[in-house]
Amino acid sequence: MDTLQLLISGLANGCVYGLIALGFVLIYKATEAVNFAQGDLMMLGAFIAIGLTNAEYMGLPFLPSVILSIGIMGVIGYLLDRFVIRLMFGQSQVAVVILTIALGFVIRFVAGLIWGHEPHALENPMAGGEVRLGDLVLGMEDVAVIVVTLLLTFGLFAFFARTKLGLAMQGASQNQLAAYYMGIPVKRVQGLVWALAGAVAAIAGILFAAKGSVDPSTGLLGIKAFAAAVIGGFGSLPGALVGGLIVGVMEPFAARYIAAGYSQIAPYALLVAMLIFRPSGIFSQTRVKKV
Amino acid sequence: MRIVFKTDYMQDIRPWKDGHQLSLYLILLALVVVAPWILNDFYLGELTNVLIWAIAGLGLMILTGHTGQASLGHAAFLAMGCYANVILLEQGVPFVLAFPLAGLITGIVGALVALPAMRLHGIYLAIFTMALSILVDDIIVLTEPWSGGVSGKYVGPVSLFGLEIDRWGTPWAFYWLVLGVTVAVTLGYINLLRSPMGRSFIAVRDSEVSAQAMGVDVARTKTMSFGLSCMVTGWAGALMGLYATVFNNETFTVIISIQLLMMIVIGGLGSIHGAFLGAVVIGFLPQFLSISKEYVGMVFGGSSVAIPGLEVGVFGLILIAFILFEPMGLYGRWLKIRTWFELFPFYRKDMFKRQKSYLKTERLR
Repeated sequence: MDTLQLLISGLANGCVYGLIALGFVLIYKATEAVNFAQGDLMMLGAFIAIGLTNAEYMGLPFLPSVILSIGIMGVIGYLLDRFVIRLMFGQSQVAVVILTIALGFVIRFVAGLIWGHEPHALENPMAGGEVRLGDLVLGMEDVAVIVVTLLLTFGLFAFFARTKLGLAMQGASQNQLAAYYMGIPVKRVQGLVWALAGAVAAIAGILFAAKGSVDPSTGLLGIKAFAAAVIGGFGSLPGALVGGLIVGVMEPFAARYIAAGYSQIAPYALLVAMLIFRPSGIFSQTRVKKV
Repeated sequence: MRIVFKTDYMQDIRPWKDGHQLSLYLILLALVVVAPWILNDFYLGELTNVLIWAIAGLGLMILTGHTGQASLGHAAFLAMGCYANVILLEQGVPFVLAFPLAGLITGIVGALVALPAMRLHGIYLAIFTMALSILVDDIIVLTEPWSGGVSGKYVGPVSLFGLEIDRWGTPWAFYWLVLGVTVAVTLGYINLLRSPMGRSFIAVRDSEVSAQAMGVDVARTKTMSFGLSCMVTGWAGALMGLYATVFNNETFTVIISIQLLMMIVIGGLGSIHGAFLGAVVIGFLPQFLSISKEYVGMVFGGSSVAIPGLEVGVFGLILIAFILFEPMGLYGRWLKIRTWFELFPFYRKDMFKRQKSYLKTERLR
């Protein structure tokens, strides 16, 4: 029973990692750039939701403010692309990495200025609710996190595999110039995917803030989500979820069964091992080019 | 505009272009050597700090600027050099041996780390090195018997050829030690760039495929670059330890790694000048911010308020501005200004424009 409880709480945490990892993967899949600021975008999304919902700020009802904050984050994502990332069009990936790390610094600074550095929790109707399955007691928030993450992952997967826009996004990442010739509006597609990543970050942030509390340095969680994305196979949406779940489940078990001191390095040790032995991850997206 | 006439083949591989350039650098060297008589102890300490960062920047510049491999984990090697130096000193090894050894050990470890990492490139290498940088904090805690763990370590004055070098007691001696290391590393770097190995570094940076076609062993070149880079970084770490005198597992965080990378980007990737210019920005930014905060407080009334995270935020903004508008960094800006004056009035706007490039996927190879 104990193991099951650990497993469930690990799964819920892993889903949040998976959601952030989804953001990484979305942008990587469509623009082949890596957004190191994804964790900070999640933190910003959580703070926007808190700013709209919590009584000490604006005190709007829960549902409209959630929708509003997802929308705001989508717009922020689009504007980031329009005014910052797009200027880097066609430049090396490493330059984009450095740029997004710097963006993360700035976002953390701005959030600290507006909301302060104390931890905040999102006031939500799910708080304190429980779901009982036999002897198993699950928090409402945990259930919500798991359900939303599953829905979102498969929705996005279907979006990339089935819709025209999703295919256009994949095409734009594989070869920008060729995609232009095929009539894909590469710049607009890139803007849309950043908006989508912003919205996903907002959802992750809201779920995270409902489960626990956020402060401006929560964005550093992005590094763990990063490990998740790499373990799952960078560029694969189900891979991001699986990687997130692996990292999330590993943590409580490592904390319980491995000596203190070794437990917190487990996800990174796995990341390093993964990069050495199978750099393309579980769901490999790398294919050998046939001439 | 000066025109250098080439009358000798040696001129092409000489480290300096002509006597004029050489004399300028000699004047600069003379100025920094006499700095302890000009500056007071506070500014001398700041200058020492800048030089230490510059050495670390030179270390990373070998790897990132000249071999094109981005590393987000050089704080791990700073820590390595720092701890190796201090542990050797505690074992009774004299400083004159311990210091070079610290760099060598770090370099060898770096080359060993590079072996698996060489299968990775671009973004994956950055992630790998970042994971190392995160792990090093926990590794230091786990190896407590040697490293002192969370409670950290203290390093006192060291003696070099009978001269007592104390960061607080004899700041001038410490300054000269750091200056000596800086000059030695810089000269070594300039020499490296003239050697076949340095040329092959640049070849690998510009195009791995072409380098391979020209007979460069890419894996060996990258490993050498990693090792050399880590060696220099290890020396910088050893000096940082002596400068800080107290340090523990949280001194060399992943943030330091990121700052180091950003520093050389601001300075200008792929130039030795860039490491120094970036170090000046990093070293003096905190002072500059606190002075300007006081100034703003004076103008608008009200006391100067403490804004947490201001430094990092401003740093991020500066970096974004540089990457977007001056990707060649401060040194690139200086080159443009100099060219403008040299060619006046014939400078054209697009003289430094890069060729337009389009992105192709990495997932198909």
